[in-house]
Amino acid sequence: MNILNDWPSYLPGLLGGLGVSVQVALLSLLIGVPGGLLLAIGAGSKKKFVRILIIGIVEIGRGTPALVVLQIFYFGLPASGMTLTSTAASVVALATTTAAYTSEILRGGLQAVPQGEVEAAGALGMNRRDTLRFIVIPQGFRVAIPSLIGFAILIFQATSLAYTVALPELLSQAYSIGSSTFNYLSVLVLAGLMYAAITIPASWLTSRAEKRLARHL
Amino acid sequence: MDTFLTILQGVPMTIGLTVAALAIGAVGGIPLALGRRSNIPGIRFVAVSLIEVLRGIPPIVWLFIIYFGLGTALPMLDPLTSAIIGLGLISCAYMAEIYRGGLSAITRGQWEAGEALGMGRQSVLTFIIGPQVFRVSVPAAASYAIGLIKDSSVAYTIGVSEIVYFANDQSRQSSDALGPFFLAALVYVIMTIPCAWVTRALDARLRKRVAR
Repeated sequence: MNILNDWPSYLPGLLGGLGVSVQVALLSLLIGVPGGLLLAIGAGSKKKFVRILIIGIVEIGRGTPALVVLQIFYFGLPASGMTLTSTAASVVALATTTAAYTSEILRGGLQAVPQGEVEAAGALGMNRRDTLRFIVIPQGFRVAIPSLIGFAILIFQATSLAYTVALPELLSQAYSIGSSTFNYLSVLVLAGLMYAAITIPASWLTSRAEKRLARHL
Repeated sequence: MDTFLTILQGVPMTIGLTVAALAIGAVGGIPLALGRRSNIPGIRFVAVSLIEVLRGIPPIVWLFIIYFGLGTALPMLDPLTSAIIGLGLISCAYMAEIYRGGLSAITRGQWEAGEALGMGRQSVLTFIIGPQVFRVSVPAAASYAIGLIKDSSVAYTIGVSEIVYFANDQSRQSSDALGPFFLAALVYVIMTIPCAWVTRALDARLRKRVAR
């Protein structure tokens, strides 16, 4: 197995890249999930115009590949006078995609909260805002948690797309080591295993969370 | 308009790549799904590990491993072949999970009825369970296919001339760097939204034909 011989020398560079990948994924989720919640609440608005507008935004956001959104922010925006660094472009692009996808996940969660609870809150004299804040959102979020973790795994995987905008994340680091050593297979396999080392335990966590939450509902 | 037409040139490649990968997945997912349900722990372990590893590594990384990694030793791996193999392998894992969901949706009574008629396990699976699993798997497979249309955009990174490839090309050549990407996004949205409609209609029809 001479493919393994060079792995110790690749590790420091790749670990640095992994750190960038994790940071970009976390930042994107931190911005994107609240955005998704806003969209999910908006999609339940009483005004038809608002509902249609939000559903349109969500459909376009989900219909466009994350790679294209990334190209728009990094290569496209400078043409209109706004230049983003590769980190900023990656975070904004992945956060946009996150908002579009998580809005659907959260909408499902919010809808799973029984109507009777909303009526009970109304009967107790709570207004619509407090009902959302104290009754619907906390319970809806709980229902949505397994799907949200599942999506977080996908967003972590999607950080590899930022290779195309020269963000020094895990795949970029692996590729640049590959192009200087001509040992692409070895370094790319190691990078792949590093992605798997995070995503596989995380997906076990998702299915465990699903089972535990299912007991309470 | 010219830009739009140029980007449209990538559509056949995007569709071809998606269909090829999905076809590989639809076939390759069957042994993986059956392996996951096998009575032999060794087979189960191999099937589960394959599914987890295929799904756990990002698509673009798979394409790089196949094209840049294996491609140096195997010259027949041109960009398109590499992309089809890579996305096809990933599809096998996702389709296996979809079939697994389909299998568990089929009631035990169907197996028992088959056995009561004196059919062997193999023929119950082929003639009774299999066709029904395919039908209940259609909606999930279709939403996976819609995702795959978008995922196939990563093939641009190894030089497959699909939609994003032409959009990038146009963006570099013209003074308008932003427009081509918006047009590409538009093409994807136009491609995926009708797919979702057709799926919903098909789902309603096929569901009626599964015994409960």
